[in-house]
Amino acid sequence: MATVSEPAQPMMPGEPVADASGQGVRRRDFINIAATSFAGVGAGVAIVPLLMQFAPSADVQALSTTEVDISKIQPGQGIKAVWRKQPVFIRNLLPAEIAAANKVDVGSLRDPQSLADRTKPGKANWLITLGVCTHLGCVPLGIGEGENRGEYGGYFCPCHGSAYDTAGRIRKGPAPKNLVVPEYSFTSPTVVQIG
Amino acid sequence: MSFAWAKPYEPTSPFMKWVDERLPVPRLVYGAIGGGYPVPRNLNYFWNFGVLAGLALMIQIITGIVLAMHYYSYAGGAFDSVERIMRDVPAGWVLRYVHQNGASFFFAIIYIHIFRGLFYGSYKAPREMVWMLGVTIYLLMMATAFMGYVLPWGQMSYWGAQVITGFFSAIPVVGEPLRIFLLGGYAPDQAALTRFFSLHYLLPFIIAAVTILKIWALHIPGSSNPTGVDVKDEKDTLPFHPFYTAKDGFGIGVALLIFSIFIFFLPYSLGHPDNYIEANPLVTPAHIVPEWYFWPFYAILRSFTVDFILPAKLWGVLAMFSAVLVLFFLTWLDRSPVRSSSYRPVYKIFFWVLVADIIVLGYVGQAHITPLNVALGQVASAYYFLHFLIILPLVSKFERPLPLPNSISESVLHGEKQESAPFGLATTGSTTAAPAAAE
Repeated sequence: MATVSEPAQPMMPGEPVADASGQGVRRRDFINIAATSFAGVGAGVAIVPLLMQFAPSADVQALSTTEVDISKIQPGQGIKAVWRKQPVFIRNLLPAEIAAANKVDVGSLRDPQSLADRTKPGKANWLITLGVCTHLGCVPLGIGEGENRGEYGGYFCPCHGSAYDTAGRIRKGPAPKNLVVPEYSFTSPTVVQIG
Repeated sequence: MSFAWAKPYEPTSPFMKWVDERLPVPRLVYGAIGGGYPVPRNLNYFWNFGVLAGLALMIQIITGIVLAMHYYSYAGGAFDSVERIMRDVPAGWVLRYVHQNGASFFFAIIYIHIFRGLFYGSYKAPREMVWMLGVTIYLLMMATAFMGYVLPWGQMSYWGAQVITGFFSAIPVVGEPLRIFLLGGYAPDQAALTRFFSLHYLLPFIIAAVTILKIWALHIPGSSNPTGVDVKDEKDTLPFHPFYTAKDGFGIGVALLIFSIFIFFLPYSLGHPDNYIEANPLVTPAHIVPEWYFWPFYAILRSFTVDFILPAKLWGVLAMFSAVLVLFFLTWLDRSPVRSSSYRPVYKIFFWVLVADIIVLGYVGQAHITPLNVALGQVASAYYFLHFLIILPLVSKFERPLPLPNSISESVLHGEKQESAPFGLATTGSTTAAPAAAE
């Protein structure tokens, strides 16, 4: 915008013009480019707070850890807890379920992980995963009594038919990954802190 | 639009040519704010305030849309949601400060813009419609600002809503039922808050639409100018771009600097601490004052203290609304054919008296009610109407204006041939001299 359409004559009397062909950088071009660049940078900076406000706010981030009492969960049962407004499945596996999970050849899985990879040492019966299907985010069935657990005895997503096994690993259907194991630790034998 | 010598749009790239042939938006923009809009060459910095008002409207709309993503229009949570914006939402504090002080910024610009119009006679033929659309925008702004002030649901919000909707109860017979209808209750509450939020979101877009009409109406006769003399030929004008885009750009820079001082260093200087107390329908703040931009009108409202044929309350409300509505009739009250005060020695004096009068009204509007202040407000209110209804018609009838310049270019240039030539067409004589100057 600086030069092209303007005539090769001085805008103000006495102002130097470029060479005879009208080419070259004049003082005015420099001022033009500097001023518009400065305005552009200013506009760019003004957009920063308009975008920042979309990020999770302090009160949302404050929900990033949750403590759960697991003392009442009997073997074979499971509960849904809430962490960051998402369901977390906490399941006390039966010895038969642990055995079924360990029998699978890890190398044959879509997302190869053993049950030991997905639990804490010495606590292999406690399977803690997000209750969010890795396909498109539905909550799979199988944590509640009598719900459809799918053909691998773990979880079954009713949206698009993904089936997870007793270690929460994807075995069939469109989901690409195993159910996510969140960061967690046992703060006591009966309390888990998630996040 | 506008003048015969306005340059038509010539696309510089094949792409723009392709677009322009199918949807002539580039042509519209070029003719409205580009090189195709000829503007009088003698505009001073007071002519920046139209563009600045447009900028302020855009700032309010953009920050407002973003704030609405975090605000709850729920009477039990509105106050807390505003505090959450200030403390928890990333960058929420700056967005709210910009929006809150942006309202004051917008009104400050609009007031300078209006006084510019009063001083230079911008309301006179052929720009009556431009002026009246401007007064319409001003009224819409007042409604928008009032409803926006209610949303944080603090004490000032609540009692402002109570007082302002109380205006309607002054209307005989239907007043009180009308007030209850507008509030959706007997006092401001959830129903009022939700509808105010909805309308506060809507009205700025109506303002934007009226602004487009106003610019359209303006571009038919073209901008006025400090001499008030009509544009006669191409020598009197310059293309809007690059001349006035540059001048407006500088003005925007200065305005944003001043605005930034308020946002970052004085964010609370224009507000009231009482609005950081959550709305309480049982306690009115001891000293209730509107925002500064309503002070003069608030003074007029409070100036009627005795019943005279009609109840004092009704007089106050009528006078306050008339104080704005009288502006619609300005063209027909001031019959002087001379536009600019620079050539109207008598009107010029009364213009500055009016400015002083409005400042006095503003002072009275925020002051404690004492007998002296009430008397001062009554005199100033009376003078306000005296100015528009009596002084203006009389001055325009009896004043002897100074001789006007023959043309804009003659009034601002010094007769050099090159200087007074139309931009871009000039100076066949000087091209030979110019390369020499470059060396």
